[in-house]
Amino acid sequence: MRVALFVTCLVDFFRPTIGFAAVKLLEQAGCTVEVPRAQTCCGQPAYNSGDRADAKAIALQVLDTFAGYDHVVAPSGSCAGMMRVHYPELFADDPAVLPRVRNLAARSSELVSFLVDTCGMSAVSARWARTVTYHDACSGLRELAVKDQPRRLLASVDGLTLEELPGAETCCGFGGTFCVKYPDISDKMVGDKAVEIAATGAAAVLAGDLGCLLNIAGKLQRHGRRIEVRHVAEVLAGMTEDTPAIGVPR
Amino acid sequence: MLATSSIFEVNARAGLANPILQQALRLMRSGFPERRRLAVERLPEFEALRDIGKSIKDHTLEHLDFYLELFEENVAASGGRVHWARTADEARAVVLQICRSVDAKIVTKGKSMIAEEVGLNDYLEQNGITPVETDLGEYIIQLRHEPPSHLIAPAIHLMKEQVADTFRAEHRALDPQRSLAEARQLCDEARAVLRPQFLAADVGITGANFLVAETGSSIIVTNEGNGDLTQTLPRVHIVMASLEKLVPTLEDAATLLRLLARSATGQESSAYTTVSTGPRRAGDLDGPEQYHVVLLDNGRSALLGGEFRDMLRCIRCSACMNHCPVYAAVGGHAYGWVYSGPMGAVLTPSLIGIAEAGHLPNASTFCGKCESVCPVRIPLPKLMRHWRERQFAGKLNPPVYRAGLSVWAWLARRPVLYHALIELTSRTLGWLGRGRGRFRTLPMANGWTAVRDMPVPEGRSFHSLWAERQKAGVRQ
Repeated sequence: MRVALFVTCLVDFFRPTIGFAAVKLLEQAGCTVEVPRAQTCCGQPAYNSGDRADAKAIALQVLDTFAGYDHVVAPSGSCAGMMRVHYPELFADDPAVLPRVRNLAARSSELVSFLVDTCGMSAVSARWARTVTYHDACSGLRELAVKDQPRRLLASVDGLTLEELPGAETCCGFGGTFCVKYPDISDKMVGDKAVEIAATGAAAVLAGDLGCLLNIAGKLQRHGRRIEVRHVAEVLAGMTEDTPAIGVPR
Repeated sequence: MLATSSIFEVNARAGLANPILQQALRLMRSGFPERRRLAVERLPEFEALRDIGKSIKDHTLEHLDFYLELFEENVAASGGRVHWARTADEARAVVLQICRSVDAKIVTKGKSMIAEEVGLNDYLEQNGITPVETDLGEYIIQLRHEPPSHLIAPAIHLMKEQVADTFRAEHRALDPQRSLAEARQLCDEARAVLRPQFLAADVGITGANFLVAETGSSIIVTNEGNGDLTQTLPRVHIVMASLEKLVPTLEDAATLLRLLARSATGQESSAYTTVSTGPRRAGDLDGPEQYHVVLLDNGRSALLGGEFRDMLRCIRCSACMNHCPVYAAVGGHAYGWVYSGPMGAVLTPSLIGIAEAGHLPNASTFCGKCESVCPVRIPLPKLMRHWRERQFAGKLNPPVYRAGLSVWAWLARRPVLYHALIELTSRTLGWLGRGRGRFRTLPMANGWTAVRDMPVPEGRSFHSLWAERQKAGVRQ
């Protein structure tokens, strides 16, 4: 299977490790992975800001960049949801492009659900001796039904124990530009999330979206809490030794 | 009612800083959603019922003109009268005129969001008529001169201690020695004050959860029984409802009722479900002499043909706000008008204008929880996004925000330049933050760093590293 990695703008800028973890996992699942160079962002910031024209222009670029691959996989439910769910809505009134958009949507997936649901992966060969908890990022959960897949793979990680997070399905308050447009509200949401994470007693919190992870890591650290924050792909790929947790110096 | 939606941020900060509100919201957060979850679990066909509920409402809206006229015919046939009100002004005027025609002094009221929407209480008072709210929550906020903070639990922002204080301040006959420490005692006190009002009222005004076209009936659900006393004891019953409350048949109403209570409070049905059809008939033991329905449009018919039409399916269950993390953080008053939470974020701009209510559809993370629990599957995030599109098209966003967005969008369409800039910025920030892991402050990122640290980027962009590895791989 020829798979194109949609790196996502946040992973590209903040944490390339997640991208390399995604490549490693996809290769373990038997995929041939390519990373088209012409990709930038999925256009969600424009789309959610009401700027349809720019969102469409960026989406068209994504359409061209990712033409011809069997699958397009992103280590983010948010970006994958944009391509899978929102692109078809964005072009609903554009019959000339809609078939191509639908075709891309059908080929687009979030990383962990792709590994499990499409590649049939049921275990990984990784070891991480930690008690971890897991936050279900909203878009992956509600737009793409990503829920059991990361838990199934995490269960195969040697030494890892999952302590479920009460309120795991409650938004962390990131919400793209929301977190800077309404910092007080976002603060309350991520503050509650940080308290709930700490209450699990877990040594680490994982999720499948870097936006949420930056938000959660930033809040935990502001509170002086030493809980490791990582993308689930880093753990599944056995790359926890390669890079310190998010927000932790090398 | 004077809207304060334009200062949503100020309202929100006040809500966040209000310890009583926060305590009340914590209770709500653990109450309603859990009770809904259990109720839904007990009804295996709930998801299918949501589809049916949606299709009933869609069908009705598709043929709204037909059902409205059928409803009017059947109200008339049962001896009642429909009054069409295009605006809030017209609705108030009709109600006043009916009240005056029977020389009303006291008007009892069941809970009605439409009465809140048109600001009926203040208007009646200005015209020498005393409105008395009979729903406990509404009664409490009426005493406190506050707007409702929730669709079905208008005083949810208060704890019982504030209610006790309110009663002590307002109920002159209340014995200062009497305990009001328990909810039960508060109910008894309210009941003691309200009972004579039920009997003294000349007119009873209720809302309607559903209007039934085939019978000309109005249906209300309550848990206190106050609605029944309001609509059966006085000589005149006025129903205030908006156009979209219509359903074709009693069967349809029954289907939606199965969704309503479960979505709202997690009950299988509310304690009282009351169907009113016309005034008292010969031989009836009780009931009003007159039955009026004031049907309010107030901008709704304008939504019918457009992208906000789905909003007219709303059955006012409050599931969206009960599950909304933003509502749970700031409370209903932050939204600054009658409707709050996700349904308010969509409906309010269409009723009072996007210029006034522009914050509301923006104050959402689009987490999607509201849509996932809506009994009639209203795509609330999508509708909020449509408001953002209108704002953007109308240049209503702050200029700095628009400029930032357009620079970013311009860059995103130039991959070579974009990658170069990302690599440069990642290297720069990585270098600036070396050995630290995170920034505690960062210029131009105050919105972020005011409340949380900013993790330092690894220092190289993925695409640069990938390109290097590819090159190295080719060379090998």
